[in-house]
Amino acid sequence: MNMVRELVKAINDKCEPLAGVAYREGEKGVLDVQNLSAWYGNTLAIKHVSMSIKAAAITAVIGPSGCGKSTFIRCLNRMHEVSHGGRVEGCVLLDRKDIYARDVDPVALRRRIGMVFQKPTPFPTMSVFDNVAAGVRLARMWSRRWELEEVVEQSLKLAALWDEVKDKLGQAGASLSGGQQQRLCIARALAVKPEMILLDEPCSALDPSATLKIEDLMRNLADEYTIVIVTHNMQQAARVSDMTAFFLMDKDRAGTLVEYGETRELFTNPKDKRTEDYITGRFG
Amino acid sequence: MTGSERGYGRRKWLNRLMLILCAVAAGLGILILALILGYTLAHGVSALNLDFLTQAAKPAGETGGGMRNEIIGTFLLVVLGSALAVPVGLMAGVFLAEFASPPVASAVQFMADILAGVPSIVVGVFAYAIVVRPMHSYSALSAGVALAIIMVPIVARTAQEALHLVPNSMREAALALGITRWRAVIGVVIPGALTGIATGVMLAVARIAGETAPLIFTALGNNFGFDGILKPITALPLQIYRYAMSAYPDQKQQAWAGAFVLIILVLGISVLVRLISRRKGA
Repeated sequence: MNMVRELVKAINDKCEPLAGVAYREGEKGVLDVQNLSAWYGNTLAIKHVSMSIKAAAITAVIGPSGCGKSTFIRCLNRMHEVSHGGRVEGCVLLDRKDIYARDVDPVALRRRIGMVFQKPTPFPTMSVFDNVAAGVRLARMWSRRWELEEVVEQSLKLAALWDEVKDKLGQAGASLSGGQQQRLCIARALAVKPEMILLDEPCSALDPSATLKIEDLMRNLADEYTIVIVTHNMQQAARVSDMTAFFLMDKDRAGTLVEYGETRELFTNPKDKRTEDYITGRFG
Repeated sequence: MTGSERGYGRRKWLNRLMLILCAVAAGLGILILALILGYTLAHGVSALNLDFLTQAAKPAGETGGGMRNEIIGTFLLVVLGSALAVPVGLMAGVFLAEFASPPVASAVQFMADILAGVPSIVVGVFAYAIVVRPMHSYSALSAGVALAIIMVPIVARTAQEALHLVPNSMREAALALGITRWRAVIGVVIPGALTGIATGVMLAVARIAGETAPLIFTALGNNFGFDGILKPITALPLQIYRYAMSAYPDQKQQAWAGAFVLIILVLGISVLVRLISRRKGA
């Protein structure tokens, strides 16, 4: 039975770069999602999602609760398969190569596509320094101290946290404020030098000023990194993103992509009636 | 007075009666502990002195002497048993909590619980069969093996529980950094569960420190102190067992004192465990 499924998958999953997508030479961090479906056990969570995510830009994924936004971005760095019963069909091409191909190591892939979660997750037993260094340190057998120091300083500066914590690198990561913890997690994700960063509702546990700091940070990072952010806050999507994807639960209770386009276009001139209803606050 | 009011009065009295019964039961439990502690102290205190802790046993009939060798023996056996059991138990706990699929985990867990429930004398006979017989000698090693068999399921299950308490978001955060499962477990999950794991190890130590039955077939006891781990060794519970049945009043006296020392040892470990887990809670 398994063999048959594998065989069918091998035949069905001819993941070719889409003809219509223009790849610029040397461009890195382009994600092509083709016909992606994801399950938890027997429950279909997202259904036939296809969209192309631009490099060096911020793509926001919005939609009401339970529409599969989080599941969707967890599929982009193969974190979905870590969940109990998580299963995926379809293609996700990162720079023209399917990340679900058999020869792709999910561990190596997650170093290229970093992720920050809804709740700040500093490792509680580690200091600020060790938290940022964790990805580098735990991926190798050993590291030189000065090498780590360099990476930690760089990452904390990128995450706009260096000035606030440079004097307390030895303190527990969990002793920082919520907003600082979230930027610490962003620094930690940046320290392994990814090409792309996925943020799963990174500001939903933060106050407005901390949220603002993270949004500024995202705008700065977007010069270099491909960023996908899940948010249930439409104003946030409108403020920070270049592209917006609107997800909605369909009649089978599975998440589907309703509309995808430039953020300005989608918010001012939605093509789909459901998008319009959502962004004008008629439901959700 | 209406019927329902009368009913209420009766229920109120019944409620009070039950409360009193519960309080009496709880008091009884504490009373028994206090009696054991007080009784061993009262009987042992006359033999309890510096000599008792620093002198070797005197031949039967002579007065004086102490349980120095037995205290050292118990200490060595606990160290030996822990050295064998902690790595195995810890790795089993990690397997149960982190890597086993649910059906495998529940099967292994069930068997660990059965192993934990095997009477300790049976474990002693088993160690006799697999270590003492092939090596043709009672030994500290065989006693260590017997105690380790008792320890393994306790350490494994408490480590599993402690690891379960580490939030899943920590594992996901580590995996999302592109860290392999085992490095995530070693670098992030186990450090997060360390106090819980240490608590489990200490409880297991407290349990084996007082075990007597498995030592009868393995450690055997000796009167001359430590003589290498392949030779018989003596321990506090063994000597208590022997002296308690002795005809000499002085040895009986020492058995009481030994029992008191053993209780204090185990109690000390329990208190230490409380302190560790309270510090974690703070």
